[in-house]
Amino acid sequence: MDVLVCIKRVPAGGGKFVLTEDEQDIETARLGFAISPHEEVAVEEAVRLVEAHGGSVTVLTLGTPESEEQIREQMAIGADRGILLETDGQEWDPQATASAIADAINADESPFDLVLMGNESADASGYQVGIRVAHALGRPVVTGVKAITVADGRVTCERPTTSAREVYEVPLPAVVTVLDGLNVPRYPSVPGRIRAKKKPIERSTPERPEPRLEKTRLMVPQSEGKQAKVLGTGPEAAPAVVEVLKQIGVV
Amino acid sequence: MVLVVVDHDHGQLDELSLQALTLGRQLAGDLGQPLEAVVVGEDGRAGAAGLGEYGVATAHLAVHPGLSDYAPLATARAAQQLAAQTGATVVLAAGSPRGNEVMAHLGAVTDLPVAADCLAIRPGDPTSVTRARWGGSLIEEATVHATTTLATVAAHAVPAEPGGATTTTVTDFSPELSDADLLVQARPAPEQEASGSVSLADAKVVISGGRGVGSAEGFAPLEELAGLLGGAVGCSRVVTGNGWRPHSEQVGQTGTKIAPDLYVACGISGATQHIAGCRNAKTMIVINDDPEAPIMGYADYAVIGDLKKILPAVIDEVKKAQA
Ligand SMILES: Cc1cc2nc3c(=O)[nH]c(=O)nc-3n(C[C@H](O)[C@H](O)[C@H](O)COP(=O)(O)OP(=O)(O)OC[C@H]3O[C@@H](n4cnc5c(N)ncnc54)[C@H](O)[C@@H]3O)c2cc1C
Ligand SMILES: Nc1ncnc2c1ncn2[C@@H]1O[C@H](COP(=O)(O)O)[C@@H](O)[C@H]1O
Repeated sequence: MDVLVCIKRVPAGGGKFVLTEDEQDIETARLGFAISPHEEVAVEEAVRLVEAHGGSVTVLTLGTPESEEQIREQMAIGADRGILLETDGQEWDPQATASAIADAINADESPFDLVLMGNESADASGYQVGIRVAHALGRPVVTGVKAITVADGRVTCERPTTSAREVYEVPLPAVVTVLDGLNVPRYPSVPGRIRAKKKPIERSTPERPEPRLEKTRLMVPQSEGKQAKVLGTGPEAAPAVVEVLKQIGVV
Repeated sequence: MVLVVVDHDHGQLDELSLQALTLGRQLAGDLGQPLEAVVVGEDGRAGAAGLGEYGVATAHLAVHPGLSDYAPLATARAAQQLAAQTGATVVLAAGSPRGNEVMAHLGAVTDLPVAADCLAIRPGDPTSVTRARWGGSLIEEATVHATTTLATVAAHAVPAEPGGATTTTVTDFSPELSDADLLVQARPAPEQEASGSVSLADAKVVISGGRGVGSAEGFAPLEELAGLLGGAVGCSRVVTGNGWRPHSEQVGQTGTKIAPDLYVACGISGATQHIAGCRNAKTMIVINDDPEAPIMGYADYAVIGDLKKILPAVIDEVKKAQA
């Protein structure tokens, strides 16, 4: 089976966000880049499915030319080929993103039995590109999935709810959006990294339509300006900790 | 008209939908338009009838022989047909997995933009919204270029508050649904493991560990402390990535978002993506050997030093206090 996984390059790093002067972007001069954990597990799942059933894994991203870095990283864990829809770094809204992805899928020679996406992107968190792509392709879509089984041309998906789990079963071809925790992704091996350098990436430059959900500015939420009160150093601080536990009524 | 999609779990109204309804009522008031709701499925009838408490005069109950459980696209179709019939200018749903899913389907079938996880909505020409990105670590202001605004309301952006009390008329409505609309429909998982322990999402106390715990075995004292305090164990993504703990225990942007009375963060540095899951804890205590760790800026109390030495001492003190 042929599996396509859609990934998005985003700034990485756990520090408080610093914005560019025009408040349009995150200041990334000192940051590395990554993809969402939801997308990492999507690639890992695709590689496992192809190991079990045969076929190929393609990763696709709409982003700046530098997004090649994220494609190569996923090739190092087993993706065979890349599709890079190049942008000039401007924001693409969810509708524009989904239609560019759907166009690329329709233009590809592979029909892609399964398209895997993150449930939501790390940065924009719109919760919709996967669903919009599914509609554009006329395929069923299951979202928020934490377990996948493929058999007899059907995909069975489990999704957690607050109280229990639900099961969905749909025929292939289908779109499935997944959650971190679906699996534990492997680390790339050294031979994997070497092979990744030679794998093919197809590039094209779609035209960005006018946004219909238009970002006007970003803001860092007001922090509560907290600073932890130090109760002590080392095991000697234990009685002070239990004092706090008593105060808040948990002991 | 402001239309709110109200979700329920086999009749039990969804708290986040009531929050969306509360924001919807404010919007309807500002616009001078009525507030209406759509509830899907016969088992939602009683819930629908009670929505008058939230100012809903008309609740549309979508019933269809092909609908037996939650079906995202069918729910979106019901909202689409009602919105068209009643001329809705705003359609809202909860910022929950289901609410976001239904609204994305509605956006796809109407070819309209959807603003997910909104903190505020300012109707106008054009409408603008304030919404959460990065799991709430970053805020965005955006313009919605559409005649009908489709949005979901971020969890806990507004509290669910009854108001505008009125008597609700429940009108039955039978949406036109194709087989494709009904294809994706939930069924319960076969065996539901009934674990005796407190679930992370509901726990009043969470003892959480990060890379500093060092190994799977290193979690034993965290489990013991959680047991003594009737709480649950949590962890960071480094921990699940190393396979030390299951992902169901991960706190953060791509894990669970929690609001316990007490959060104890052991050997966790305080990355924004982790904080996105625990910023609503009432009290946070940190155990970390680095006094400069970013998590100090989010916590109430800290103990500086090696957690492997500090946790056993805290456990002894708790046992003494409980004796
Ligand atoms: C899109 C995205 C989503 C993400 N989602 C999540 C998420 O949901 N949850 C999450 O947790 N992370 C998430 N991350 C990862 C996040 O950015 C951090 O990498 C991660 O939270 C760091 O985990 P940590 O604090 O355990 O490890 P580290 O950052 O390595 O911190 C370890 C801490 O332990 C302390 N320490 C070490 N040894 C000891 C000792 N013996 N005693 C006391 N203290 C000690 C150190 O001083 C340090 O502060 C996400 C990242 C991205 C890009
Ligand atoms: N620019 C992009 N390039 C490739 N895939 C994307 C892009 N944006 C979103 N996606 C995919 O769609 C998912 C959901 O994104 P969103 O609707 O923005 O939350 C992501 O996890 C990706 O799998």
